[in-house]
Amino acid sequence: MSILITINGCEYRAEPGQSVLETAKDNGIYIPTLCNYEGIKAQGCCRLCTCLINGRKTTACTALAADKMVVETNTEELEWIRSTIIELLFVEGNHFCPACEKSGSCELQALAYRYRMTVPQFPYSFSAKDVESAHGTLLIDHNRCVLCKRCVRWRPEPEAPGWFVFANRGHEVRIRFAHERAADFDKSLAQAAMDICPVGAIIHKGRGYDIPIGRRKYDQLPIGSDIEQIGGGHE
Amino acid sequence: MNKPLIATASLAGCFGCHMSIMDLDDRIMQLIELVEFNKSPINDIKELSKECDIGLIEGGCANSDNIRLLKEFRKNCRVLVAVGECAIMGGLPAMRNNNASISECLQEAYIDCVSVQTNDEGLIPNDEELPMLLDQVYPCHEIVKIDYFIPGCAPRADLIWDVLTALISGKKMELSYECFKFD
Amino acid sequence: MNNLKIRQTESAAIAAIIASHNKDSTGLMDILIDVQERFRFVSKKAVNIIAEAISIPISEIEQTLSFYHFLSRTPTGRYTVYLNNSAVAGMMGRDKIARAFEKEAGCKFGTVSEDGNIGLFNTPCIGMNDQEPSAIINQRVFTRLSGEQVIKIVRAMKNGAAIDDLPGSGVQSNIIRPGPILTIEAPTAEILEKSVCRGPDDVIAEVRAANLRGRGGAGFLTAMKWQLCRAVEAERRYIFCNADEGEPGTFKDRVILTERSELLFAGMVIAGYAIGAAEGVLYLRYEYKYMTEHLENVLRQMREAGLLGRAAASKKGFDFDIRLQFGGGSYVCGEESALLESAEGKRGEPRDRPPFPVEKGYLQQPTVVNNVETLCAVAKIMLKGADWYRALGTAQSTGTKLLSVSGDCGRPGIYEIEWGFTVNDILRLVDAKDVQAVQVSGPSGTCIAPKEFNRRLAYEDLATGGSMIVIDNRRDLLKDVVLNFTDFFISESCGSCVPCRAMTIQYKKKLEKILRGNGIGADIDQMLSWEKVMRVNRCGLGQTAANPILSTIRNFSKLYNSRLRGDIEFVSEFDLSAAVRESCQVSNRVPGSGGK
Repeated sequence: MSILITINGCEYRAEPGQSVLETAKDNGIYIPTLCNYEGIKAQGCCRLCTCLINGRKTTACTALAADKMVVETNTEELEWIRSTIIELLFVEGNHFCPACEKSGSCELQALAYRYRMTVPQFPYSFSAKDVESAHGTLLIDHNRCVLCKRCVRWRPEPEAPGWFVFANRGHEVRIRFAHERAADFDKSLAQAAMDICPVGAIIHKGRGYDIPIGRRKYDQLPIGSDIEQIGGGHE
Repeated sequence: MNKPLIATASLAGCFGCHMSIMDLDDRIMQLIELVEFNKSPINDIKELSKECDIGLIEGGCANSDNIRLLKEFRKNCRVLVAVGECAIMGGLPAMRNNNASISECLQEAYIDCVSVQTNDEGLIPNDEELPMLLDQVYPCHEIVKIDYFIPGCAPRADLIWDVLTALISGKKMELSYECFKFD
Repeated sequence: MNNLKIRQTESAAIAAIIASHNKDSTGLMDILIDVQERFRFVSKKAVNIIAEAISIPISEIEQTLSFYHFLSRTPTGRYTVYLNNSAVAGMMGRDKIARAFEKEAGCKFGTVSEDGNIGLFNTPCIGMNDQEPSAIINQRVFTRLSGEQVIKIVRAMKNGAAIDDLPGSGVQSNIIRPGPILTIEAPTAEILEKSVCRGPDDVIAEVRAANLRGRGGAGFLTAMKWQLCRAVEAERRYIFCNADEGEPGTFKDRVILTERSELLFAGMVIAGYAIGAAEGVLYLRYEYKYMTEHLENVLRQMREAGLLGRAAASKKGFDFDIRLQFGGGSYVCGEESALLESAEGKRGEPRDRPPFPVEKGYLQQPTVVNNVETLCAVAKIMLKGADWYRALGTAQSTGTKLLSVSGDCGRPGIYEIEWGFTVNDILRLVDAKDVQAVQVSGPSGTCIAPKEFNRRLAYEDLATGGSMIVIDNRRDLLKDVVLNFTDFFISESCGSCVPCRAMTIQYKKKLEKILRGNGIGADIDQMLSWEKVMRVNRCGLGQTAANPILSTIRNFSKLYNSRLRGDIEFVSEFDLSAAVRESCQVSNRVPGSGGK
């Protein structure tokens, strides 16, 4: 069965079971996201990838591509919503970019660059948040956490429970490490956790600032450029 | 036509943003062709003597004198620009916000800190001449209206140049990706 | 020695609790609730024991535990007082009652008295809006509290009285205007007989012919939901009744559960029969825990009468039973997919859709979630026929609607009206005078001004889940109502979607700025522009969380404008003397700018 889907006016072929976000990506169309990550079960948490799918605002990471589906990824309104969500995240947490190990390779920062955010339209919260450093290889800085749940949904061993959970609710939500199994969390897991974290909330202790400024992931080209180059970019 | 007047000030910052202005290198010569500097640490003019066209503010507001100076700039500058992370969001000084009380900050700075050599009496300076610390470090736009923001820690010299030349010429600002950074 | 004994007793008690429930995630809510009630908190040790017994990681139990308002990881007092702090409670004098509790108990709200005896906590609407101020103390509900009564209650608590011996008035049903649904007409057995003698498709057809739509608020066609569920190939299907009546100002389900529970259960049996389910689950909000005995009694009687269990309603091959499932205090669990997550022992986070619950619901099986009132209507439709039902109401909105009316009116309570009544009609019925505003369908609904009181309650005009809060001219609408509702949404967000978690806080900050007299026109424009962002939240709670502010900006613009500063375009709320207060104290100086 072939699936033909229209994205921003052009028709593309999608694989069965493929999300709209993946379909777009395969065809050189970048849809911003913070919570989606290849290999981790999609859950529309950040809402950044919201697109007009058959006229309805739907998260592209959770919507499966379907035949005759019509998608718009980048209307002015959608782009405004995205930039506003990014601003919300900047004031909700405490993002001191100059003092962050992830700076230059941080997806939140990169999105702010992409949208040329100079200053959020919201007041900074400067909320009191913890830094957990008791674990041997892992540092969790809640000031930087965007609560995307990537780490919560992450299953390095598919059958085993995850290493992080969500605790509390609403604006008091925090990620929590599964301390009861801390002894099994080795360096390679710590590095993997740091790698999936879009920001600098999960840090593999002893690593950081190891790539010179100018050569970090998003120093030269905006986030999404790699995708847009595949298909020659849109527009 | 008179050259536009520029004033600059550093509030709770590290002077890195001013260093970045110095980083304009030979373009500084072009700049002084285009503008005239009024109060600024660069020329060491201490007071605002005239109404200025452009005010550049480095640093956030950590103490009472920062507030006074920022308000004075707002009053006397037609266009006020927040330069760098500290001016925009408080920057590293704002890491004390909601983390440490004023007394903890002063205790650490003047008594407990390893670099304190001689303060056997445990005095915290309280001379009336000293500005007073604020309960938190404030971004400049929470105190006065700010017209433009130049991000970076420090902002790249190229970005400062682009913004200044655009402001002076009245042309649209094009902020290039490579220069647009928060660190 | 003594300590050891106590510890063993604790372990034994927890083991006994676990033994009485499902030993997997589906039993987790029940276990946590029982442990909470037995020990007044869920200790780390209890979590460890539960984790071991039901083979769920400790961290995963904690993520469920920390989600629910009535489950606590720290002691909440031998007597745990939950005083309603919703808008109507405030209008009825809740603050005075709160002060009386604090004075008598010797501790502040949000804390437990030093001796660990009394804990005082706030809680959102507990479904008693027609008898406020009210509170829940160890599952028992105390209504129409007075200052003198609080003194007596606290004294009795200090003397260690049993909960049932505390002085207090019980819950009243206040059915003021019964209509076709609330009128008892036939024995339950007769209703069920009339239903199961027909084929499931026939039952669905009857409900479709009646044009019954979900009474929870969304208004989805009930028959279509059933049909979709029935069409999915599956081993098991489930019918859930949503009695997580959390919308502030709504209490109709509480009254149905109290007064017409057999009718409701009959509706569940019929729905179960129609979709091919073997199990029905009545998911109740924790606030209604006090009804447990009553509801279990009704279910027992129905089993004894052969209406539930093997060959339910004497229909050969139709095995169907109903069980109760309590939540732990969470408004968002009223959203059907969050409700199912909660029933599975998880955090009440709404799911991404599709798939919808009718395809993949409880335990990934096709599940129908229907509102309490919807299921009662089903039972009546099967008894009296679709034609009878369709003759009630309007062409598009057939039947009747139960309204929970509260606030500033002479006769708060339950009114069953046919769809099509105007707001003015209702205001006359409830004896409301000098009305400033009516909050229709709770905080997630809309707040309307007198110029709209001629609108009709109907899906095609003013849709409602049943909550009507009358606000008269004495009230400060923005402060007493809108701010309260905004706080409600902040504390009830599950925290998953960014706009719901973070934008609600920005709305509150703006509203407070306006209330302080520092708002400007741009603030209003900004709040309106943020609506687009709120609409991309995953669930209905998130999408409507700004409605209290948005609907009042639209319908009460004068009220906002009167509080705005029209003279300036920028306001700084920075206060130098407040900002230097601490540094003055620390360095022993008088406030001033310092330096020159």
